[in-house]
Amino acid sequence: MATLTQRERLRIPRQEMPSQDPQVRIGNFNEVALGFTLELAQKEAERCLQCAIPHCIEGCPVGVLIPQFIRALREGDMHGAVEAMKVNNSLPAICGRVCPQEVQCEQSCVLAKKGQPVAIGRLERFVGDYELARRTCPLERNPATGKRVAIVGAGPAGLTCVVDVAHEGHEVVIFESLHTPGGVLVYGIPEFRLPKQTVVQSEIDYAVECLGIQIRTDHVIGRIATLNELLEEFDAVFLGTGAGLPSFLRIPGINYNGVMSANEFLTRVNLMKGYLFPEYDTPVKVGKKVAVIGAGNVAMDAARSSLRLQTLQAQKSGGEPGEVHIVYRRSRAEVPARAEEVHHAEEEGVIFDFLTNPVEILGDEKGNVVGMRCIRMELGEPDASGRRRPIPIEGSEFEMEVDTVIMALGTSPNPLVFVDAAGLERSKHGTVVADRQTGRTTMARVWAGGDVVTGAATVVSAMGAGKRAAADINAYLRGEINPWAE
Amino acid sequence: MYKILHKEVLSDVNKLMVVDAPEVARKAQAGQFIILRIDEHGERIPLTVADYDREAGTITIIFQEVGKTTMQLGTLEPGDDLATFVGPLGHPSEIEDYGTVVCVGGGVGIAPIYPIARSLHEAGNNVISIIGARNQSLLFWEDKMRAVSDDLIVCTDDGSYGRKALVTEPLKELLEGERDIDRVWAIGPAIMMKFVSLTTQPYQVPTIVSLNTIMIDGTGMCGGCRVLLEDGAQFVCVDGPEFDGHKVDWDNLLARQQFYREEERIAVEHWEEHCRLNAALEEGA
Ligand SMILES: Cc1cc2nc3c(=O)[nH]c(=O)nc-3n(C[C@H](O)[C@H](O)[C@H](O)COP(=O)(O)OP(=O)(O)OC[C@H]3O[C@@H](n4cnc5c(N)ncnc54)[C@H](O)[C@@H]3O)c2cc1C
Ligand SMILES: Cc1cc2nc3c(=O)[nH]c(=O)nc-3n(C[C@H](O)[C@H](O)[C@H](O)COP(=O)(O)OP(=O)(O)OC[C@H]3O[C@@H](n4cnc5c(N)ncnc54)[C@H](O)[C@@H]3O)c2cc1C
Ligand code: SF4
Ligand code: SF4
Ligand code: FES
Repeated sequence: MATLTQRERLRIPRQEMPSQDPQVRIGNFNEVALGFTLELAQKEAERCLQCAIPHCIEGCPVGVLIPQFIRALREGDMHGAVEAMKVNNSLPAICGRVCPQEVQCEQSCVLAKKGQPVAIGRLERFVGDYELARRTCPLERNPATGKRVAIVGAGPAGLTCVVDVAHEGHEVVIFESLHTPGGVLVYGIPEFRLPKQTVVQSEIDYAVECLGIQIRTDHVIGRIATLNELLEEFDAVFLGTGAGLPSFLRIPGINYNGVMSANEFLTRVNLMKGYLFPEYDTPVKVGKKVAVIGAGNVAMDAARSSLRLQTLQAQKSGGEPGEVHIVYRRSRAEVPARAEEVHHAEEEGVIFDFLTNPVEILGDEKGNVVGMRCIRMELGEPDASGRRRPIPIEGSEFEMEVDTVIMALGTSPNPLVFVDAAGLERSKHGTVVADRQTGRTTMARVWAGGDVVTGAATVVSAMGAGKRAAADINAYLRGEINPWAE
Repeated sequence: MYKILHKEVLSDVNKLMVVDAPEVARKAQAGQFIILRIDEHGERIPLTVADYDREAGTITIIFQEVGKTTMQLGTLEPGDDLATFVGPLGHPSEIEDYGTVVCVGGGVGIAPIYPIARSLHEAGNNVISIIGARNQSLLFWEDKMRAVSDDLIVCTDDGSYGRKALVTEPLKELLEGERDIDRVWAIGPAIMMKFVSLTTQPYQVPTIVSLNTIMIDGTGMCGGCRVLLEDGAQFVCVDGPEFDGHKVDWDNLLARQQFYREEERIAVEHWEEHCRLNAALEEGA
């Protein structure tokens, strides 16, 4: 392709990604966004101005070499694109799909000022999928050092950390409490946003194969072995146990049948493949009128999964599908979910009830949910989070008929791993106190990163923390630093 | 993969298996449980650690065939593998010398009460045990229970063996009798544990029950196992499984156990269909 002028580049519209039709996709769990073709990807890549000072990189928590990979892509050098990508991001097929790009790289792109940033996430996904299908960039391993490192938790933080630590030549063992590695990527984020077998498992298998990593599933640290016991056996330990503990609203009625945490619901659907019941044994059920409380990514995933289950049920029984509501105490402007998820949820027919807060869940004599008493809210002054504080409007209570309530209210670190871990300092929120640059904790030879340190955050920030901790662990094991020496 | 090493049929519906799980065995204690999953399509189900052997590296489980997973488990044989076997989960029983304790085991609950009775006995307690089942064919481990109890009362609902009574009847007599009862332990169907708790309540004897809510992960991640106590909801898998029976909202617990009843029925049907198909295929071959 002849080189375009900047002006010509500015005239190319942002390329849309083909996706399944909303009416079709609510009847299946297949991926919604279908990905760019090479042609679309290269057209989108032409839009990048190759800025001398690329602000986009500053917006990326792991500093992906954005202009470099985009340039290689548009020149048709896919190998070069993959190599540029992998300098700072070992899981592009995942990040390209789940990063909140609109508040990260794409927000910082110069073209964002004119409304249409380069679709960096979609291009990243294209490059990641190319590499997944062809594996042109093998992971390599240095000669064995004889040092051993334990990684606790096989989520994005642990899986990123392990790659760099294993690369150095250390022997690594990942301990994971569930029966499948992946963390939120397998139990939380649904198949229709992130395919489990072809993307997540494929990335894990590849790392295991190239780097000789051992993954011990069914190992709950704190029970089968404690942190102190791991320290006897390993030279260093990285904690990437995430923030998996669900919260429930403190209102009456939360134990009626049909009220569940988003974690329970999504775990049944994703990890246990409940949407394929009875081919898979674990059941999952939603009623005709579902209320999902909260408006983050977790809430969108729960709402959109509910909609699909309702549609599948209706297709089987010939009945009417039903309704799914997102009940959120703030307004649309404060919705924390990725823009694309909100957009997809709306396309699919999820109903948003803003400025609404449940005060009680109502049940019948059999113990099943039949409704929810809610109160209307208005926005007051900004609170500590900088968002306007929702205030109940007196006398505005009303009842909403629902038969399923899914609470997606945020999570905190699971304390099981902290059994027998004296000296490991934690904040009052239960998160591990660790240096954000190095991941060092207050306990010698223990590093931590990801949601267990920050509280519920993002995949890419967990990956960044895992990568930085790996660098520090490697430096420590090389004898270059000894942070805990008196 | 976790290999099944040994299998015993204890009664019509109760089976015992010894599973190779050295790391779990190294840490397991009375009162804890494991979660297993048979294969890739399987559900995760909790079962109590009925016994462990640290040297042999094994865990003994005992289960009652009540639905798809336990029925399928019952068809497995020594040499077969389980896909998941995670534990030990939950807190161990708090074993001390309380004085005189009554251990009540109902149905398959006889299995998990056994190691507790044994530990209580070893700790110096005077142990009175009551075991019961619907009928004789469902009873097991009378000898083992007798060996760790100072007194053993056996009852069946239909009188086919031992005394014709529900376990709460001899329990009430003990509470009204001469001896001071310092503590009661009860494991069995939720309905039995409810009535044991109601029986001991007027006498204010601390009553420990081991709750069997529906679970998924067993690590505090899903909240599906939550139980309502007097002072709010708790997670059975990490805060229990043992609780003060006088504080449990039993009706809520019983209702929650029923939530997937229809799906459980479908799962069994689907399984039986699969078994019939396999049998037909084998005949054809
Ligand atoms: C439904 C949902 C949707 C989301 N959507 C997005 C999105 O679109 N974009 C985005 O960027 N972020 C999203 N997030 C957030 C993102 O997934 C997390 O920030 C990220 O996964 C954190 O990674 P982590 O490695 O720190 O922890 P996790 O992914 O939570 O992994 C922790 C792992 O540790 C294991 N573990 C815990 N305790 C123990 C123990 N004691 N012993 C052994 N193993 C243990 C857990 O089983 C788990 O596998 C979403 C989260 C959820 C729940
Ligand atoms: C901590 C704990 C320890 C347990 N220990 C044992 C044990 O040692 N031996 C044993 O036989 N069982 C034990 N159980 C119960 C066991 O987990 C269930 O029987 C099993 O999950 C049933 O699975 P299924 O697929 O065979 O039956 P399902 O089809 O799931 O259920 C069939 C019937 O069993 C009831 N049920 C389902 N799940 C449970 C449950 N968790 N508890 C009680 N009833 C249930 C259902 O309401 C239904 O009536 C324990 C449960 C817990 C929580
Ligand atoms: S990793 Fe995420 S934030 Fe960084 S460039 Fe890729 S999509 Fe953007
Ligand atoms: S800021 Fe935007 S236009 Fe500039 S290099 Fe980055 S992606 Fe390209
Ligand atoms: S089983 Fe999931 S929290 Fe207890």
